[in-house]
Amino acid sequence: MDYSIKIGGEAGQGIQTVGDTLSHIFTRAGYYVFTHQDYESRIRGGHNFYQIRVSDKHVTASRSLIDILVALDRESISQHERELNHNGHVLYDSSFLKQNFDRPNFLDVPLFDLAVSYGGSKVMANIVAVGAVIGMLGMKPEIMYELIKKIFKKKGDEIIQANLRSAEAGYRYAREKCLTCSFMVSGFESPKLLITGNEAIGAGAIASGVKFYSAYPMTPSTGIFNFVAENAREFGIVVEQAEDEIAAINMALGASFAGVRAMTGSSGGGFALMVEGVSLAAMTETPIVIALAQRPGPATGLPTRTEQADLLFALYAGHGEFPKVILAPGNPEQAFYLTNKAFDLAEKYQITVIILTDQYLADSQWSYERFDLNKLRYQNYRLKEEDFKNLKEYKRHAFTETGISPLGIPGQSTNLVVTDSDEHDEEGHIIEDAETRVKMVEKRLFKKIPLIRKDIAPPLLYGEKNSDIVLICWGSMYGIVKEVVDEFRKRYKIAMLHFSELYPLPEDQSWIEFLKEAKILINIEQNATSQFARLLRMETGINIENHINRFDGRPFTVDELKEKLYDYLRRL
Amino acid sequence: MTTLEDFKGRTPAWCPGCGNFSILRAFNEAMVELGLSPHEFVIVSGIGQAGKFPHYTRCHTFNGLHGRSLPVATGIKLANHKLKVFAVAGDGDCYGEGGNHLLHAIRRNIDIKLFVHDNQIYGLTKGQASPTSMKGMLTKTQPFGVLSEQFSPITLAIALNCSFVARGFAGDIEHLKTLIKEAVNHKGFCLLDILQPCVSFNKVNTFEWYRQRVYRLSDNYDPTDRVKAFEKSLEWGDRIPIGVIYKKERPTFEEQLPVIAQKPLVEQSFNFEKIRELLTKFN
Repeated sequence: MDYSIKIGGEAGQGIQTVGDTLSHIFTRAGYYVFTHQDYESRIRGGHNFYQIRVSDKHVTASRSLIDILVALDRESISQHERELNHNGHVLYDSSFLKQNFDRPNFLDVPLFDLAVSYGGSKVMANIVAVGAVIGMLGMKPEIMYELIKKIFKKKGDEIIQANLRSAEAGYRYAREKCLTCSFMVSGFESPKLLITGNEAIGAGAIASGVKFYSAYPMTPSTGIFNFVAENAREFGIVVEQAEDEIAAINMALGASFAGVRAMTGSSGGGFALMVEGVSLAAMTETPIVIALAQRPGPATGLPTRTEQADLLFALYAGHGEFPKVILAPGNPEQAFYLTNKAFDLAEKYQITVIILTDQYLADSQWSYERFDLNKLRYQNYRLKEEDFKNLKEYKRHAFTETGISPLGIPGQSTNLVVTDSDEHDEEGHIIEDAETRVKMVEKRLFKKIPLIRKDIAPPLLYGEKNSDIVLICWGSMYGIVKEVVDEFRKRYKIAMLHFSELYPLPEDQSWIEFLKEAKILINIEQNATSQFARLLRMETGINIENHINRFDGRPFTVDELKEKLYDYLRRL
Repeated sequence: MTTLEDFKGRTPAWCPGCGNFSILRAFNEAMVELGLSPHEFVIVSGIGQAGKFPHYTRCHTFNGLHGRSLPVATGIKLANHKLKVFAVAGDGDCYGEGGNHLLHAIRRNIDIKLFVHDNQIYGLTKGQASPTSMKGMLTKTQPFGVLSEQFSPITLAIALNCSFVARGFAGDIEHLKTLIKEAVNHKGFCLLDILQPCVSFNKVNTFEWYRQRVYRLSDNYDPTDRVKAFEKSLEWGDRIPIGVIYKKERPTFEEQLPVIAQKPLVEQSFNFEKIRELLTKFN
């Protein structure tokens, strides 16, 4: 079982409501779900869609062909009818679209009439549509009813009943009228959790003890800000919407200096403003985690779409030379654990850690059995209050074997915590002399980097060890390339090498030999200039000659990437 | 009790005769008179001659970037509102580079005391115009003289209903000291603009120039009348008033944050067990 459902319409029609409700029904029913969204930078109008893939197996990307198209506008039909599978169906409301489609695979459901008759209001049309899809699939409706009760719990019984009646009306209508619907749904398993990349970063941050989050809203990073803010009261987090991104990073640095775990987040344009703050974090050795959710640039670019084109920007962000870690999760699960790792590394080495995602990962939902909390690490690397109190002499930037100086919390001791964006001595006061300067660079940079590299995990090898073809990718390409490997394995000796801990490269370099032994290396990136391949060449000398790039702002579906790859292999 | 000895910091790298020395003295004496110890407050500073200030006294110090002292100070105050947080900046630093942060720090009314060393010129970069430079002033980078209107921080702050707005003069140390003490004791955001001659680069607004014009506000002056205060803020020329020009108590930002109502953020421990509940939100 592997079905794709696409809900298309104008912004503001409730595409997200229908999509989210269906996705949650499927995960509660125990199916695996993958969703991705395509939307324009507008609040009303235009054409947007929400695509759900539901399966009894783990799915990690979208397919090109769709089985059910929920068309809330005519545009959905003209744009997406050609994507229909051989037994694909379209669900639409002829009275609303003011057009009749007299084709056997078109199911005309009077969404608005049913909404008014059963739910008492036109706004119930979305829930009628949800019921109709469940009916078309032939799923049992109980889980849908349970979910509706949960969603509308706070709104009172009247609203719950109206929604239940509407969902049932849609469900019954589809069961009775869709004579050609022949979807096979398999039996239920245990319910899954359903989570987006942004939510996973927010949850990962909270699970790592984040106490302070300051940001300026910017798509597609705002979801992280929203998630942390929603949970601020319960988990004791100060969230502040700063006047600009410069303030956002400086506030977070202030909070971190004062003793709490702090984070900020933005997209490329906002991150550009933060860059001087990244350099400040380095000089003052203040731990900070930054989520950078990429979207296509330059400048405002395509605000609601996806790209992986800020990797080298993130790598070089900040004037001067200093260590920094860049992590790029491939899916929400990795995002959850890597956010935890980001905090751990930031606190341990007193550095900046950037979590690099993109709109595709930020907004797409994945389902999992569960997250293992035992894998999380929480260690307090700061000077303990008692120890700090008893210290006779304290130097914030003391020279040590590891380059890591004790990080004291101001106010916990009569010792003073002094730091400076100017080059400084061990105590933190401004200096100009060459000798101290050299020792400080050695401390901040040369001593820390080898230690950081020990903590960086090697890339993930998926597929056979002695493969002829190796597909190299990073970040959000993970799920798409993985499924492509699964399909190509029948014909080729093929593997994926996925990088989620991008920089610095790990001390363990066994994978470099593996790359050198492969016959064909193909680098796949969602950008125009193969930025990761450049980074790899710079760091390892390995030159990859084959590249698949996409930079139209849209993610690959499994099928699109398959086709590209076939073309490529044919030409080789 | 602390003494001036406790606030003896590094040797200043300011020009001989710089107005900053008087501000430093007034500040240190104010700290002693307030009974504060160096570890009880943080100074966040930016870049410029004023930015070096915390190194020359003794305190917790975050000497950050040009223009950015207020957001760093905001983060510190929100993480630990038990600490006293001061920001020290220059006129270019705070009114130029960091102008936006000033607007919003005033709006938040976060309990930060901002001391601006206002010498109406850029000192560290050797004599370019600052936002508070007077119209017509000739500099190397303003070859036709300053064309823009002179910025009045006092007027702006009153317009934004800033909780405490005052002007001091580096040439009147006793008076400046009382202003610093009053600011520290005031609850809410305080802007103290301190006129401070730059002996190296500002040949217009010299000690002598200020001395002829500056006068202390009389005891009859009512700093709680906003409209009157606004009018007073416009007085600049032959006579320049110093003192508390406007004050208005209102709830601070941190007082309104339920998350830190019980205790400072930094004292709140991390409860890992609650994380299990967090993940149930996704089921």
